[in-house]
Amino acid sequence: MATQHSRSAARFMMAPAVILLLGWMLVPLVMTLWFSFRRFLPNRPDIVPGWVGFDNYVRFVTSSAFWPSVQTTLIIVGGALLITIVLGVLLAMLLDQPMWGQGVVRILVIAPFFVMPTVSALVWKNIFMDPVNGLFSHLWRAFGAEPVVWLSDAPLFSIILIVSWQWLPFATLILLTAIQSLDSEQLEASEMDGAPPLSRFFYIILPHLSRAITIVILIQTIFLLSIFAEIFVTTGGAFGTRTLTYLIFQRVLESQNVGLGSAGGVYAIILANIIAIFLMRIVGKNLDA
Amino acid sequence: MSLRNALFAASALALVSTAAQAETITIATVNNGDMIRMQGLTDDFTTKTGHTVEWVTLEENVLRQRVTTDITTKGGQFDILTIGMYETPIWGANGWLIPLDDLSEDYDVDDILPAMAGGLSHDGTLYAAPFYGESSMIMYRTDLMEKAGMEMPEAPTWQFIREAAAAMTDRDNDINGICLRGKAGWGEGGAFITAMSNSFGARWFDMDWNAQFDTKPWADTLNFYVGMMNESGPAGYATNGFNENLSLFQQGKCGMWIDATVAASFVTNPDDSTVADSVGFALAPDTGLGKRSNWLWAWALAIPAGTAKEAAAKQFIEWATSKDYIELVAEKEGWANVPPGARTSLYENPNYQAVPFAKMTLESILSADPNNSTVEPSPYVGIQFAAIPEFAGIATEVSQEFSAVYAGQQTVEEALEKAQAITNDAMEAAGYR
Repeated sequence: MATQHSRSAARFMMAPAVILLLGWMLVPLVMTLWFSFRRFLPNRPDIVPGWVGFDNYVRFVTSSAFWPSVQTTLIIVGGALLITIVLGVLLAMLLDQPMWGQGVVRILVIAPFFVMPTVSALVWKNIFMDPVNGLFSHLWRAFGAEPVVWLSDAPLFSIILIVSWQWLPFATLILLTAIQSLDSEQLEASEMDGAPPLSRFFYIILPHLSRAITIVILIQTIFLLSIFAEIFVTTGGAFGTRTLTYLIFQRVLESQNVGLGSAGGVYAIILANIIAIFLMRIVGKNLDA
Repeated sequence: MSLRNALFAASALALVSTAAQAETITIATVNNGDMIRMQGLTDDFTTKTGHTVEWVTLEENVLRQRVTTDITTKGGQFDILTIGMYETPIWGANGWLIPLDDLSEDYDVDDILPAMAGGLSHDGTLYAAPFYGESSMIMYRTDLMEKAGMEMPEAPTWQFIREAAAAMTDRDNDINGICLRGKAGWGEGGAFITAMSNSFGARWFDMDWNAQFDTKPWADTLNFYVGMMNESGPAGYATNGFNENLSLFQQGKCGMWIDATVAASFVTNPDDSTVADSVGFALAPDTGLGKRSNWLWAWALAIPAGTAKEAAAKQFIEWATSKDYIELVAEKEGWANVPPGARTSLYENPNYQAVPFAKMTLESILSADPNNSTVEPSPYVGIQFAAIPEFAGIATEVSQEFSAVYAGQQTVEEALEKAQAITNDAMEAAGYR
């Protein structure tokens, strides 16, 4: 049992780490808040920085680019979640089956997770989706069809595809671990009772996976809300693929308007928290069980 | 003290003082072929001066953001920056760069091509030294032109280019009459369409900084571009930039390509290009209004104000942009690979005059005037850009609207309407209007 003395010692020893981590989060957050209320155009030394109240917030939210960017963000997050969870469950079930070369197959399935987002976006753009030299265009031509210009004809779908490819291994790994913890006797009993495969999936496997699916949704949502590299490399924000993160990047770095971009950053934090609270309420209940 | 001891002491002192003067300078640069070559030759600089160099090599867009952030926040990470004609006059005016007005006599600053020196100066003071300079021109397949029964004039019109492109297009054999940039981004498709619009009589702003996208010349430019590209351009041209078009041309899939003059050495290099022996060159097209659609650009080296290693940085800039450096590259890699477009003497050198694209590169550079780039008067300096700090942000968004037209997602009228609103909003917010 911890004594008063040992508890104090523990607090004392943990303090540096806690202070460091707090500073790590608080400094950027406070700076973003500070800049969001200021006129700060680093490229224009002739304009003196000063307080502007809520001007930046009003300008950011009333700009014609704001709502489309929120919509795009939600479509990409939703699309990638849907694909990774559906395919993740299927892949996890497949990988759970005893098969020859199981180890190698599992490594191949999780391999995309180790590829940097920039590299994977470049590979998809140049090797798969290029309308002249890409693998898909050759496939389409082999079947006598006109190649699809993926990045401009189906830009959102293309980005969702690239992102899903990267995140599928993560979902698969988590779901595979969950499936492996499923009691096989339960499945055998239901099989002996004559339950068809689909019923077994919906009444036994899926409920068992619900906690793992919740974890996948929560973690992926946090990362997918800030997706950037894939858009930067493929479309540069054109063709309606400008997410909120990308819009903030454009305002801060391309337009060098730090105040306006910071206000956008605060909106992004608010949006992420609304979504997080929403998710915790809807799906987070599973975690209590 | 004996003579021997005195000599020993003097040598030791000399060594110590040399060591004290030797510096390590950090240079941010772009990952272009010419810059990579410069890195390989750095030993020559170190041998001559004793200074060592640390390189930070970045992709063009990333470099722009890194150096812009570094200089605006006075980060002081770099002693030399690789910047272009867009940034130099703006940063020079802000006092962020050290003026290069005291370069040595051997360096021969008067030898720098006037167009380059002009674009890299503010109020007549040079703020960056050009490592290489470029304009844009037509690169075309002489064999396909012959097959089409046409002959490329030295200074063609856009109408001729459109007809030639249609004649050279052979969809069954995957040959597109013309490849042009359509990719969103102010330095990609934005640069091309702006240079092209100049020849159609368009401009970004009138003299009161009002956006001009609601005028006929802009509609003419976009309609002509989209019409020609739909007839004779490659699939997915809305996402093609410099690199994508270079690759298509080298693979023999383009009849014509209008782009940076530095590309000439890549398309005529038999190691990389399947069409190296059948490339011709011509001036960028016009419409008879007195302006051609070629741009002017330089990648240049500049010293940020506040560096503690100004002297060493100046020595490096003198080394890398000197006549001697050009000779050094020519000796090691051949005349076709020397950094082009910066010095007059290069184009007077008979060895370089034998390079097939030298003459057209020089003519293109000389015909570009950033101070007088539009048919109607405009308040800005620059041909494929307007040298104001807000331009990069505005033009990126505008070029995104244009790319959406190229992809068939909206009409020319819709895009121009949005471009007008985006530009006027930004100019109002920035206090120009």
